[in-house]
Amino acid sequence: MPITRREFLKWGGIVLLGLGAWPTVRGLAANRSTYEANPQAYSGQKWGLAITMSTCWPHYQAGCRKCFLACQREHNIPDIDNPKEEIKWIWTEPYERAFPELNQSYLNPRYKGRPFIVLCNHCDNPPCVRVCPTQATFKRPDGIVAMDYHRCIGCRYCMAACPYGARSFNFQDPRPFIREPNPAFPTREKGVVEKCNLCAERIDQGLVPACVEACPYGAIAFGDLEDPTSNVRKALYAVGYAIQRKPELGTKPKIYYLV
Amino acid sequence: MRDFRYILTGLAIFVAVVTFPLWINAGKAAQPPDPSLDTPAINQLPKKQCIEATDYMRQKHMQLLDQWRTEAIREGKTVYTASDGQKYQISLENTCLSCHSNKSQFCDQCHNYLGVEPDCFSCHQAPDGG
Repeated sequence: MPITRREFLKWGGIVLLGLGAWPTVRGLAANRSTYEANPQAYSGQKWGLAITMSTCWPHYQAGCRKCFLACQREHNIPDIDNPKEEIKWIWTEPYERAFPELNQSYLNPRYKGRPFIVLCNHCDNPPCVRVCPTQATFKRPDGIVAMDYHRCIGCRYCMAACPYGARSFNFQDPRPFIREPNPAFPTREKGVVEKCNLCAERIDQGLVPACVEACPYGAIAFGDLEDPTSNVRKALYAVGYAIQRKPELGTKPKIYYLV
Repeated sequence: MRDFRYILTGLAIFVAVVTFPLWINAGKAAQPPDPSLDTPAINQLPKKQCIEATDYMRQKHMQLLDQWRTEAIREGKTVYTASDGQKYQISLENTCLSCHSNKSQFCDQCHNYLGVEPDCFSCHQAPDGG
């Protein structure tokens, strides 16, 4: 029996519909893998540090730089002995440069010229994130200002925007300058900007930042600033006063110094 | 038609030059890649299978790694549940390269054959230094 035009269109339509739906069906069937956060990951709304320099100094003068070394080893930070090209995640600045607005004429000699540990402030209102044209630097929901090196194009707007000089540019391949490569963490490449990531990769695995863990005197307290029972809040309330770097700029740093 | 033989000679030379890569390589098939799975970690596996089926990994490992980096870095999701329910930590160094610790014997074989140069390894470190 010859097929009628009506029949042909009807069956043709059904076959086309089936062919059109096939990729969707296959896609749904294949997509059985899922992504989730590590159940051991720390959860917080606003990670911050409170650094007690008076605990640090007596030992620091004797040369304790365990926090620097831990950070350097953990993150494959190159040791480039050239101030124009050096890479800094955590380092020291004298009081006058760390806190220029607090440099009174009759400054207590207790602070004058003393080294303060400085690092990325993981600002609540980060200027680097605002100026980054590729969103390579971004603020995570837990407040960490993170870097996605896959997206960094090396334009250095973030370096110009950061009022703390907390970012370093890789003018050359950092690999030859890494003393003890840590095979568990990537290195960076020439042409990207890097900085402290508050050990986001450790927090995601349920570990405290390397500098906090490495300090034998507990000078660095880590925790969720929004949680009143956290270590960082306890440390903040235990002292008379806490200062921050350049608070007048409105970047709202999350690193506190206890004085 | 005075220039007939010059035109023909020129054409012949042109065809010879253009087809040069074809006939100079005729009969010399390129060595197909032969990725090596001979690493201590893989040899200890009871069942030699990657996180997903071999065919899927061959065709889609780049899309998978691309999604891994987005999920881990931008979304903070660091655990991958494979289609067989097995969970893996999302990490090129600590998951992929802990088994495939022979980058030069495994990754480079195919990448060189296909002439692709992924820039993953300018940051991510291969255990064999490759």
